[in-house]
Amino acid sequence: MDGWERPRGGHYRDAVSTIETPWQALRSRHYLLSSGPWRAILYGLTTLPLAGVVGVGLGTLILPWLAAGLRFNDGRVIDGPLLFVMVTALAMFAGAGPLVAIPLAAIERGRLALIDQRPVQSAHRPLRTDPITWLRVRYTEAATWREVLYGAFLGLIVPVVYGMYAFLALIDFAFLVSPLFAASGTDSWQFGVFRVSTLGQAIPLAIVGLLLIPVLIYLLGLIAAGQAATARALLGDRDGTALRAVAQSRARLADAFEAERRRIERDLHDGAQHRLTSLTLQLGMARLDVPADSPAAAPLAQAHDEAKELMVVLRELIHGIRPQSLADLGLPAALRELTVRSPLPVTVTVAEGLHRPAPHLESTAYFAASEALANVVKHAAASRADLLLAQAGDMLVLEVRDDGHGGADPAHGTGLTGLADRVAAVGGRLLLASPAGGPTLIRVELPWQS
Amino acid sequence: MAELIRVVLAEDGVLLREGLVGVLSRFGCAVVAAVGDGPGLLAAAAEHRPDLVITDIRMPPTFADEGLRAAVTLRREQPGLAVVVLSQYVQEEYAAALLDTGDGRRVGYLLKDRVVDVQEFMTSLQTVVGGGTVVDPEVVRRLLRRPKDPLAALSPREREVLGLVAEGHSNSAIAARLFVTEAAVGKHVGSILAKLDLPPAEDTNRRVLAVLAYLRA
Repeated sequence: MDGWERPRGGHYRDAVSTIETPWQALRSRHYLLSSGPWRAILYGLTTLPLAGVVGVGLGTLILPWLAAGLRFNDGRVIDGPLLFVMVTALAMFAGAGPLVAIPLAAIERGRLALIDQRPVQSAHRPLRTDPITWLRVRYTEAATWREVLYGAFLGLIVPVVYGMYAFLALIDFAFLVSPLFAASGTDSWQFGVFRVSTLGQAIPLAIVGLLLIPVLIYLLGLIAAGQAATARALLGDRDGTALRAVAQSRARLADAFEAERRRIERDLHDGAQHRLTSLTLQLGMARLDVPADSPAAAPLAQAHDEAKELMVVLRELIHGIRPQSLADLGLPAALRELTVRSPLPVTVTVAEGLHRPAPHLESTAYFAASEALANVVKHAAASRADLLLAQAGDMLVLEVRDDGHGGADPAHGTGLTGLADRVAAVGGRLLLASPAGGPTLIRVELPWQS
Repeated sequence: MAELIRVVLAEDGVLLREGLVGVLSRFGCAVVAAVGDGPGLLAAAAEHRPDLVITDIRMPPTFADEGLRAAVTLRREQPGLAVVVLSQYVQEEYAAALLDTGDGRRVGYLLKDRVVDVQEFMTSLQTVVGGGTVVDPEVVRRLLRRPKDPLAALSPREREVLGLVAEGHSNSAIAARLFVTEAAVGKHVGSILAKLDLPPAEDTNRRVLAVLAYLRA
């Protein structure tokens, strides 16, 4: 049924599968030899300064609250100055948080590429306005506050995790270098209950240290992947807000085209068509006053006839831009008018209770029907066609069937591709079933709210 | 024509309105009012009580079917008033709505472009004022092409004759056009009326009913 959608969909899936996520990289058997560990180290190292700065800032703001918590725990009252400092800290967090979090998030999205090559899209709405509007929009966006949350994660949790990791790495480093110290004989070492004072005692420790290196590498990979996943979830466009904005702007464009078509149609109708009709009428009048045997009679008759032909041309032109019947009477009546123009017998079935769609949907559906019927006449060798207009869920559905020989192939320029593009511009899709031998069914689905 | 036909004209395009006034005057009609919108038409028709109203369909303020609605209103208020409606494009529903008013006589539905054939246009107007019904040939052509209609029982010749009847021609005019005798046309018309189940009866214009049968099919 949706034969021509498959190549596009397939292509898209391929494009995604060639990019590994950090988790997939970790699961690879060659992880230790791949670039993965180096990427994780680089990611971890670049995390440190950012996490440090954010952590210090957040720590300062949290300090009064910690103090208050301790006082409360000890059963002491929280006095005025402390309360003031607490409120100020909270206000600074809420007020300045987004201003720090938004650029921080931009850096973090960029840094994510070190470890995860899938593109990550900002969930902010694209804005290009004055600073006041920018602030108002940004402070009310969910994306902003998710970024603030990420800032808290980076400032409070990440340093703790990396601190613990650094502690483990330090112990392992001590294991590794213990034989050196033992050989120098300066002192004895105490690792918990394990005491090292000779080279013989130090060597097994060094071996353990050596064996722990891959474990530490994997652990760093895990930590980095976890951090990256958190960053992705909080900083990325998880519910496609930005993509929706693109779709909306595309729909706005389709609307603008529709408005422009209406304007041109109106201008032609109110200007050129009226004047031409008036001119032709004057010529018709003049013919009545010129005797048939006058030398002016023949040229005048010719001028009148040509003006009449031009009227037909202009009417067809205006009809092609945007049928007046579509604007005046709506889609069902315009479709019926369309079928009357077709050399084939065409029936129109309109589902009962169909609401009137937005003008750009009407226009798209009308031209889809027009193009599909033209194709039927040109290619299908059909004896009749049927048009169906209905609402299915949140879709406006138009179906065009014919009893022709089928075999319509969008790849061979039957005008179907252009039609599909026009349908896609309002967020809809075009489905085609045309087995060799027929019959052919074209189904256009247009989202009611695009 | 013994006396002047008094006309109220409604057309929003100024140039065309003036042109039509010129045509009508030249053919001995008195244009008592020429207006540019629906409300103006209703007011002028109430004031002047004309013999004939000619109106465009698409006019201010709605630019939709303003003129048609005014025409239907006028026909309801003054059943004998002759009304000719000019349409930018063929819409059978429009023609049917108009023919449904009164007894379906003294009405005309023409494509606006027809006005440029001055002589034919005036003939149509005179047919309507004289008690006839005029439907644009394009409407008739479309109706005859309908895939499924109750008129399928008619022979091609009978469809042709009915088409000409719908355009407002008399039997003799049809006979002249089809190069047959008037008696042959009468026979066709009788056969059409029989096939459309329109039995002879007093006080009904069976020819109009036949046209209505077309439009409602």
